[in-house]
Amino acid sequence: MSQSPFLRVRNGEASPRREIPRLGVGDLRQGILAAVGGGARIAALFGMPEGEQAIRLVAVLAHAETGMLWLASAEVRDGYPALTPDCPQAHWFEREIAEQWAVQPTGHPWLKPIRFHRSYRPGQDAWARPSAEAILPCVTDFFRVEGEEVHEVAVGPVHAGVIEPGHFRFQCHGERVFHLEISLGYQHRGIERAMVGGPTPRSLPYMETLAGDTTIGHATAYCQALEALSGCQVPARAELLRGIALELERLANHTGDLGALAGDVGYLPTASYCGRLRGDFLNLTALLCGSRFGRGLVRPGGTGFDCEGPRAAELQERLARTLRDTAGAVSLLWESPSVVARFEETGAVSRETAALLGLVGVAARSSGLARDARLDFPAGIFRLTRIPVCVWQSGDVFARAWVRWLEIQRSAEFIREQLAALPEGPVRVPVDALRPDHVVVSLVEGWRGEVCHVALTDGGGRLAHYKVVDPSFHNWMGLAMALRNQEISDFPLCNKSFNLSYCGHDL
Amino acid sequence: MLRELLARIRQGYRTMPYPAGEPVLPDRFRGRPVLDGSACAPDCRACIASCPTGAISGEGSALSLDMGRCLFCADCAAACPPGTLRFGREHRLAAWARDDLVLRQPQPAPQAPPDPARLALFRRSLKLRQVSAGGCNACEADVNVLSTIVFDMGRFGIQIVASPRHADGLLITGPVTENMHLALEKTYLAVPPPRVVIAVGACAISGGPFVDHPEVRNGAAGIVPVDLFIPGCPPHPLTILDGLLRLTGQAE
Repeated sequence: MSQSPFLRVRNGEASPRREIPRLGVGDLRQGILAAVGGGARIAALFGMPEGEQAIRLVAVLAHAETGMLWLASAEVRDGYPALTPDCPQAHWFEREIAEQWAVQPTGHPWLKPIRFHRSYRPGQDAWARPSAEAILPCVTDFFRVEGEEVHEVAVGPVHAGVIEPGHFRFQCHGERVFHLEISLGYQHRGIERAMVGGPTPRSLPYMETLAGDTTIGHATAYCQALEALSGCQVPARAELLRGIALELERLANHTGDLGALAGDVGYLPTASYCGRLRGDFLNLTALLCGSRFGRGLVRPGGTGFDCEGPRAAELQERLARTLRDTAGAVSLLWESPSVVARFEETGAVSRETAALLGLVGVAARSSGLARDARLDFPAGIFRLTRIPVCVWQSGDVFARAWVRWLEIQRSAEFIREQLAALPEGPVRVPVDALRPDHVVVSLVEGWRGEVCHVALTDGGGRLAHYKVVDPSFHNWMGLAMALRNQEISDFPLCNKSFNLSYCGHDL
Repeated sequence: MLRELLARIRQGYRTMPYPAGEPVLPDRFRGRPVLDGSACAPDCRACIASCPTGAISGEGSALSLDMGRCLFCADCAAACPPGTLRFGREHRLAAWARDDLVLRQPQPAPQAPPDPARLALFRRSLKLRQVSAGGCNACEADVNVLSTIVFDMGRFGIQIVASPRHADGLLITGPVTENMHLALEKTYLAVPPPRVVIAVGACAISGGPFVDHPEVRNGAAGIVPVDLFIPGCPPHPLTILDGLLRLTGQAE
């Protein structure tokens, strides 16, 4: 790849915007295809306005082998030849580009809105929808299987449980699902657009509520970006506290997910115990900062709270107790043949499919892909301490459950070690003004997977553009593929095994 | 079977005595804000400037804070001279009237529950349908947790049900996005009257961090009539449970 046209940067390393190569769209396209063919992955692909008439496409590729992020861009006006036919992982990104910027990725095989809002270029629309007509959520063409014995099942937006809204269309033959189409957008709150012109006092709350169950993950990605743009050095003690909080978030969510998976196969003991234990892990985060979801803990320049000696000791003690109970509750799953039988071979996603779709996080690792931003693109504390990647090969519900359990154990071990080795010093330093005309990519391995933020400043050091890619953005298509040839009654189980974010996707 | 029984013994009894016992809250818990405008420096707008959602207004004796907008981030307390504005430990925050969430000095007496005859119907059994209308999954999670063995709201006759047709009312989270307002309205109409509506969290009360975004409707009250407001971002599960128990008349 000596001819590679990309700018190469590290996670959380700011560069002047002018260093992003400005290619022709054909060269950008070829560059992306060659890089993906050589093992890179699309971490972000988005448009941003350039002058009055044009849109600049920016590609961020993740090259795990070298631990580098590759950036390049190209100017487009109304269209460009779509990547998706040659590179399926571009699929969702190109739909987003079409929806936000009224740019046609021509030849895209599945070009439909993903969030159902007006484009950000007034008067222009990729689907030529009249501006006088309201855009209704999930009113679009759905893929339909025709045939006398084929029926369609539509679910949502309001579901039976206490979960977020989304719409699912199943094409079924009897109980068997031929195809599932997922249509979202109900949770769209306009966060990316509201970030432009910042930072403001609201910027951090936006990040903390972007996907509330990933408060630490997204707040850390945002703060890392700001710190890189301002050239701020976060104190070691704060880096470590952020790492501990990130892993506590993982513990709580993974434990909750294992309980929910147990519930979905009707195994109530683990469902009931893990419901309680998830809360106990959340309460450990509350011990650090008063909020069960970590609100106010991660702040630009460090953390909002310290963890003094007695508090660290209490955290250690409660963590050990909660982990012991979790081990007891979760081991029941693996010892119950009726549970394992329901998990195994349900909702399998092959390694090839996972790689083609560009899955991340637990979903990728459960299909045999050793992807983990903590190891591949380390930032913060993970530059110094490595958590081994947990991988399983079978790609089914069992794999996604088992990987969670492996990660629970390793995250707990990490917290235990780090708490015992908290360095002295402050937990927060002031953050200076952001450098003008710079760009930074900030990756964090949240509990669902890779959280990717891309921040670009303008000439005055304000945010000119802010791009968020929640891991769910990569993974919703994985859920759709997992349902192929499954019983429709396995949908809740498959869905829970991915447990993707609706608001993180909808932004 | 023996394994399960053994695990059951090891896990122990986990249901908290609430509302009877003393609630267990973390020492850094941020509850009802406490205002003392007499400590305000003249023309100091530090708290107002620091607030992400415009929850604070006035100064001196006119200093007030709208808990319906407050994210409980405590940036105001950090910006203020000591003693002017701090977050107390009171977790019981629910109010029947939107205006009662606005903290003033002195605080006027809060409104009584509306329509006691209707609320009395739900004293021993309250079935709720939850609708997330742009919620970030934090309020949703802390509503969900009330069904676990720790809070076990079933013992009070309160339950989340799968269909609005089975429900006595709605529990709404999120700022009500443009893309959810129709679904929310339809879900409300699908609940057979007499019904109740509870708005949980800053988003559902005021729009929260998303207040005045063109993509949201600034909370549920513009779409459906709200009976009970439970503030927070997200409210602690005990704050939500306290609100529900007030609705059923099981807490004062």
